[in-house]
Amino acid sequence: MRKLSFASAILEAQEYLLANDPSVFVIGLGVPTNAGVFGTTVGLVKKFGPDRVLDMPASENGMTGMGVGAAIAGMRPIMVHNRVDFAVLAMEPIVNQAAKWFYTYGGQVSCPLTVRLIIGRGWGQGPQHSQSLQAWFAHVPGLKVVMPTTPSDAKQLLIAAVNDPAPVIVLEHRWLYDTVGPVAAQSTGEQLGVSRLMAEGTDVTLVSCSYMTLECLEAARLLATIGVSASVVDLRTVSPLDMTTILGSVEHTRRLVVADTGHTWFGISGEILARVAEAGINLLSRPLRYGLPNAPTPTTASLSDVYYPRAIDIARGISSQVMGANAPLLEDPDLGKPLDWPQRAFTGPY
Amino acid sequence: MTNGWPHELAPYFEMLRIRRVEEAIARRYSDQQMRTPVHFCIGQEAPAVGVSMHLTLADQVMSAHRNHAHYLAKGGDLGRMIAELYGRSTGCCKGRGGSQHLIDTSVGFAGAAPILGSTISIATGIAFKLAKFNPGEVVVTYFGDAACEEGVFHESLAFASLHSLPIIYVCENNLYSVHSPMESRQPDRPIAELATGHRVPSFEGDGNDVAEVSMLASTAVNRARNGAGPSFLVFNTYRIVGHVGPEVDLNLGYRTQDELDHWERKDPLVQEMRRLGLPTAAWKELSDQMEDSITLEIESAFRFAIESPYPDAAEVALDVVPS
Repeated sequence: MRKLSFASAILEAQEYLLANDPSVFVIGLGVPTNAGVFGTTVGLVKKFGPDRVLDMPASENGMTGMGVGAAIAGMRPIMVHNRVDFAVLAMEPIVNQAAKWFYTYGGQVSCPLTVRLIIGRGWGQGPQHSQSLQAWFAHVPGLKVVMPTTPSDAKQLLIAAVNDPAPVIVLEHRWLYDTVGPVAAQSTGEQLGVSRLMAEGTDVTLVSCSYMTLECLEAARLLATIGVSASVVDLRTVSPLDMTTILGSVEHTRRLVVADTGHTWFGISGEILARVAEAGINLLSRPLRYGLPNAPTPTTASLSDVYYPRAIDIARGISSQVMGANAPLLEDPDLGKPLDWPQRAFTGPY
Repeated sequence: MTNGWPHELAPYFEMLRIRRVEEAIARRYSDQQMRTPVHFCIGQEAPAVGVSMHLTLADQVMSAHRNHAHYLAKGGDLGRMIAELYGRSTGCCKGRGGSQHLIDTSVGFAGAAPILGSTISIATGIAFKLAKFNPGEVVVTYFGDAACEEGVFHESLAFASLHSLPIIYVCENNLYSVHSPMESRQPDRPIAELATGHRVPSFEGDGNDVAEVSMLASTAVNRARNGAGPSFLVFNTYRIVGHVGPEVDLNLGYRTQDELDHWERKDPLVQEMRRLGLPTAAWKELSDQMEDSITLEIESAFRFAIESPYPDAAEVALDVVPS
């Protein structure tokens, strides 16, 4: 299969949606510009015109409310805010209105609004350009929350999100944009709410989403070098949360590690740990979770390097859980390398 | 608005009908069967009626927490509204919304929400859709003076102006946000001026004079229908009862008996009756006919509500997301 970058896959999904559904439009600050939201909307305005590919005032609240209105009137808006942090200004229409519309009005009118939000990281993104607020959205009944990891999912889950009658928040991690993978040319009809086993092992189950799934796959590779076999479950959608794959794997491995791009406290990792506990599975060792500490994101690389958990942290934590004091010390393959940007070719700024 | 009465009497009848519905709710409110915060529109009937006269069934209307007049004037089903207040499964939201969330999509009443300004932006989105797919149809969104203090008001007007959307923003200035008076919330300048900075034409009028409302609404609706873009209407009016609930809340001390008396003299029903200027005997006969038909309709609506079942317990988490 041909390969595409994560960013190109998002672009292709929107091209497909715009071409196949006249009720779809894409709107967001910078959407029709040449930079095109990190390349994810480049060229769309030329193909589909300024009526369907729109720039907008820097009015996150009003514009997201406008999107709610267009959605309840029958359109399929794709609203783009180029950082999650800006969408904090749009929480009123997302949380009070979009999420509750179908339920409140007796199941008569749906609100098929899709909101694309980008999670920044590294290169000085700092406290207000790098938040990973999936737990906020997932906490609200009525919202679906999608966090793709692979380029294929970036395309297929965005198509599923826009075709879904519910309001959907799609969180795209900036560090995934340049990753490359196989992407089907056509729409494969994916549904939301299905997680995926990315690696199958016997000793431990790693559950993660978005960019942290790549760190978990790397952790599984590191663990394999010392004879520890790990399963990796990629959530793909945080809400609705598909526990079937997770529980099936944990029943088999009897060890659980959750890695999230957000804060550990009151977040996705806690929810998954709770649900496994409620399922009554006896674990061989205490579960672990990796996520952001209870502190805002620091800007300086010297602090952000220790702020974000990495594959080596996860692998070392698991090796000592599985092998105890006998665990061999895993070497950090990135020792001495700068950690706050995803690719060497990238020289900033975002 | 077609209520069966001749054109010149229709606005009076519609205002009277809304008044009597609100009074009927007020009378039964203390029964503790309508456990939903009701923001009565007694005294504020004219804007809803004067605007709706110019709307077709296909035109869309949104409102906020004080929405009963807007819903009824657009033709919203009375029985389903009362059933909603009673929390019954036959309510317009199946009991999930209550007074602050009326909807009747069959007549173009698209919804109402109590977060100030929220339905201003949502209505703007409906207008965006209509401009593209239903040219000639328009949107009206009603809100109060305090909603103009929200940023989303300005965000929406700017976007509607930029895209020349078919929408009429209707502000009912009743001088208070809950119990906070205008002078503690806004500088001394006309609210109508807020829109002109966004190049949205603005019209201000007596919100207790249905004929004046109708005249201004006609201009604004025609502009929107003909593709000339949004308008902002400010109607100065007054709520006779308190912010929420049926009591006249003079005991709270934020407004005076003199002020209330002043506005009661400007009652929209009294003003319209005077304007019609019919001979006393003829008027008596007409108004008796009106009262009789309204009484029957209201009794039937309350009977429908009270005889309707409550939602089944299994519905508590039904329709969280569409399937």
